[in-house]
Amino acid sequence: MLVPIEWINDYIDLKDISTQEFCDRMIMSGSNLETCETLCEGIENVVVGKIEKIEPHPDADKLVICRINVGDAEAAGKDEAGLLQIVTGAPNVFEGAIVPVALHNSHIPGPFHGQPKHEGGEKIKKGKLRGVESFGMLCSAGELGFEDKVVPVAHKEGIWILDPEVHEGIEGRLGQDFAEALDLVQSVVDFEITPNRPDCLAQIGMAREAAATFDRSFEYPDIALAEEGEGSSSDHVSVEIRNTENCRRYVARIVTDVVVKQSPWWLQKRLMYAGMRPINNIVDFTNFVMLEYGQPLHAFDIREVHGGKIIVDNAAAGEKFTTLDENERTMEADMLMIKDAERSIAVAGVMGGLNSEIEEDTNTIIIESANFNGDSVRTTAKKLGLRTEASARFEKGIDPNLTEAAADRVCKLIEMTGAGRVLKGSVDVYPNPASAKTIDVRVSRINYVLGIELSREEMVKMLEGLEIKVAGEGDIMTVTPPTVRQDLLEEEDYIEEIARMYGYDQLPVTLPKGNTEAGQPYDRTLRDVAREALCGMGLNEIQTYSFVSPSGVDRIGIGEDSWERAFVRIINPLGEDTSVMRTVLTPNMMDVLARNYSRNLEEVKAFEIGNTFMENPISPEKLPDEDYALCIGMYGGDVDFFSLKGIIEELLKNLGIRNISFVAESEYGVYHPGRCARVLVEASDAMKAAGEEFEELGIMGEIHPDVAANYGMDGERVYCCELMFGAIARKADTEVVYTPLPKYPSTSRDIALLVDEEMEVGSIEKVIKQHGKAILESVRLFDVYRGKQVEEGKKSVAFTLVYRDKDKTLTDEEVAEVHEGVLEALREKLNAVLREM
Amino acid sequence: MQAQLNRILEEAKGQLEKAQDHAQLEEIRVKLLGKKGELTQILRGMGQLSPEERKETGALANKVRGEIEQLLGEKVDAVKKAAKAAQFKLEKIDVTEPGKPVNLGVKHPLTITMEEISKVFMNMGFSIVEGPEVETVFNNFDALNAGPNHPARDMTDTFYITDDVLLRTQTSPVQVRTLMKQKPPIKVISPGRCFRCDTPDATHSPMFHQIEGLVVDEGITMADLKGTLDSFAKQLFGPETKTKFRPHHFPFTEPSAEVDVSCFKCGGKGCRVCKGSGWIEILGCGMVHPNVLKVGGLDTEKYTGFAFGMGVERVAMLKYGVDDIRLFYENDMRFINQFK
Repeated sequence: MLVPIEWINDYIDLKDISTQEFCDRMIMSGSNLETCETLCEGIENVVVGKIEKIEPHPDADKLVICRINVGDAEAAGKDEAGLLQIVTGAPNVFEGAIVPVALHNSHIPGPFHGQPKHEGGEKIKKGKLRGVESFGMLCSAGELGFEDKVVPVAHKEGIWILDPEVHEGIEGRLGQDFAEALDLVQSVVDFEITPNRPDCLAQIGMAREAAATFDRSFEYPDIALAEEGEGSSSDHVSVEIRNTENCRRYVARIVTDVVVKQSPWWLQKRLMYAGMRPINNIVDFTNFVMLEYGQPLHAFDIREVHGGKIIVDNAAAGEKFTTLDENERTMEADMLMIKDAERSIAVAGVMGGLNSEIEEDTNTIIIESANFNGDSVRTTAKKLGLRTEASARFEKGIDPNLTEAAADRVCKLIEMTGAGRVLKGSVDVYPNPASAKTIDVRVSRINYVLGIELSREEMVKMLEGLEIKVAGEGDIMTVTPPTVRQDLLEEEDYIEEIARMYGYDQLPVTLPKGNTEAGQPYDRTLRDVAREALCGMGLNEIQTYSFVSPSGVDRIGIGEDSWERAFVRIINPLGEDTSVMRTVLTPNMMDVLARNYSRNLEEVKAFEIGNTFMENPISPEKLPDEDYALCIGMYGGDVDFFSLKGIIEELLKNLGIRNISFVAESEYGVYHPGRCARVLVEASDAMKAAGEEFEELGIMGEIHPDVAANYGMDGERVYCCELMFGAIARKADTEVVYTPLPKYPSTSRDIALLVDEEMEVGSIEKVIKQHGKAILESVRLFDVYRGKQVEEGKKSVAFTLVYRDKDKTLTDEEVAEVHEGVLEALREKLNAVLREM
Repeated sequence: MQAQLNRILEEAKGQLEKAQDHAQLEEIRVKLLGKKGELTQILRGMGQLSPEERKETGALANKVRGEIEQLLGEKVDAVKKAAKAAQFKLEKIDVTEPGKPVNLGVKHPLTITMEEISKVFMNMGFSIVEGPEVETVFNNFDALNAGPNHPARDMTDTFYITDDVLLRTQTSPVQVRTLMKQKPPIKVISPGRCFRCDTPDATHSPMFHQIEGLVVDEGITMADLKGTLDSFAKQLFGPETKTKFRPHHFPFTEPSAEVDVSCFKCGGKGCRVCKGSGWIEILGCGMVHPNVLKVGGLDTEKYTGFAFGMGVERVAMLKYGVDDIRLFYENDMRFINQFK
């Protein structure tokens, strides 16, 4: 919401307040500032000039040579007649035109026509254009710092030509500083208006806030009308509201003998600084009042309102209607229209129809000031893809009591500028007048919530400053807001009013008195533990989007009917790439590894702990299942399958998960069929009872070379794992119980076994552990050998077995007995032959 | 015999002088003091002497022996020391050669930021609560006093799974869940992921993180809100940090405020980070709207509360000077490694 400081001063005298102070105090009373700018700053040495003569350029068709009268202004290049020669390519110049003239060595904010804006503006110097000397430049409004969208229609294309009817007495000011002559340098504050305060989308609304903030008196505009026209509005028009739900009020006024022309400069300027383009006086007046009161208005040419009838009713389904922007639109049955006796003439609250537009020769107009339902306007505007200044305001909600004053204000402007004759009275259809909501609020409650001790008197003064009426006595304040304040409904709304008027910065600073102890969910603690452990092992944490492309599972080679494809889908994704919630983390991990790989990072070790999502048809809240997953991805350096396995083992140990096993998996498409394992943990007793020996925690391995190739990592060995954190959390046990240190010495035995190539080390270890009885403390693989002295198809695996009894020193005989048993079992069960060491 | 003893002492002095290493010294020791050594021989021959002579000679012999032993001991020490010095010289290394790399991994900068923020609040007695990323429309909007036509509900703003299920746009639904299952005193923060329909650019991301807080108890005031957040800002950004509470509007709080902190880069003088204002907007907050407390069935006359929320990416970007939010989700290791 753009608020020119000059405009605000029409209603409240703030001339002694600096712009900075104005902004600071308005912020603290609740008007949030976006920007504060001074427009047309940096115009130097630009004067008012008159084009006395125009001659063609000898060498350029599109350029003309102008002789400019700049009065007494000191300017380089004046000829004997005191005129300046300036070459211009502007299409709209004519002899006698009064224009802004940038002299030699002048400065303008810019940008030059058709060029990008430069910080610090543009310098103008004399020069030659196609061989002809030019002692300056004629400027457009854009070049003087106005945005294109606010440049008046009258000189939208080309040089800013000052119409003497608009700029009274301008001919007598030749040579004067242009910015001074037009009073261009003005501060404009852009406020962010929160959705609860649509009343502030108006200059009057902001003035009301300023009045309360600075504790000053405030005056509404003068809307007392002379009504010198012949007859009454009701002689010319009747109004019928057929949909009273979506149109609460409709005020129509008639103005005859309308003269369509340019608006006076002071009003054009207001519009331009508030961000709107001056078009013609009638349109400008309605726009001006919309900005001033926040009430959108519309003007119809009465010749096109057939039967002198205004009917507010829904559109006929499928009806074709051409709006002012010359687009033909198809209407739907729930869209509210303004109709005459025969046809539609406007889309209510959105845009007028081309068929009833004001023309140059329009004589009599109907001014519409109506109140339409915000939701209805929003829906219509959205369906039509046509959001206008008017619709945006209706959407946010407007006080129905504004319509009459706003209509009168337009008429007042017409009378003030002699633009027409206003007829007596209005046609006002207002079936259910809006009234303000009166409630009781308690002084004690306000103080309680804010932690302060204000007196009733102080509070009453603050509320009255906001035009809120206060009655009642003692603790009870019976409050009635002005009807524009549709946000003041409940006690807490008044608590806020008091808080902001008192000043948030004045509130005391205390801490809550109650004591509470901090805590967090156990599985979050486990995630923290896992994160610390993995970072400690040299892995970097990554974070990736929860929504992914459904094609990710294709790229990592997930099978057709796999559960990983049971996506939770987003109805309105930004794109296919982010259209489903992830079921696994591996595709994102592969993306990240590939991105780093393509950026020539030689070695990457990374992990992510993040949510995954699965459909859950039986959830009472209809929400999917969410479960954390833990994904590790690595390539480069000396990483291999076993370094990843080592990390997983250490991680799970850190989380207190024992009895892990890794079982070869050759069917899962993501991984190399010979280098993939499922990570299993011994099942809980309950699951064992149900016949399950193991529970799966996840899967790990070397990424399938085809998958690596899908990510542009051809030939690179990439290692990943995806663990289910929910399963890990159920198994985790972070309680640590101390085991006494051994008191008696251990004895170790090294063995080397000749086994079939296919024999897994895990199976051998299992047999050793089974037969090592209570005294086998540990078994550790220390060598696998193939080659000389080992026959084809066999391998030699060597282990160290450590024996210890916690209660005594073992004798050689005791060890030998158990050890022999182990060797015998290996021989019998696995055909593992002991080799000479 | 006494002359012999003196000669032995003189000879010993000369030999010890010349001795170079441990072996030579040992040889000297055996020769003089060993079982068959010269001095031993002399002492053995003392039996032949008269008692007077024996006494005199004995005293001298012991003196000579003592002197030799002392000299020998000194020499042994000197040789050992020299040997060590030689070894040290041999083993000298170039300490400027690079260390062997031991790489500690790094937490993601957003994790680090969330942990820092969480730690501050946990020190003030806040507990962490979590909720799902996919939420009900009720928990995300209805229960938070957002009207049926609130613009944030639009499909252009919020991602939907069905008409009733969405990707949460804030972590506030966790507050709703907390209110529905926990009785006051409530003092929680909820960190987590949120989603809004923003096309990614340098300052927007369709996914981002928030940390929100909720305090509900008897007698909680807006002054408590100010105190808590002021203390938070001082703990996170340094004890000199100032806070500024500006009125604002959020559907689920009333009164509502936005909080600026004095710029932690320039201390409030004005710089690029704070765009010259000296202040940086860091969070939104307010007194919990009674309509929200009613969701938890609380007596709103008895209980009051405050809530606050902040964007983790924004805090991280400000703290670390990161100028593009997309860097957080690109996961370039050269970026992440900087947060060690």
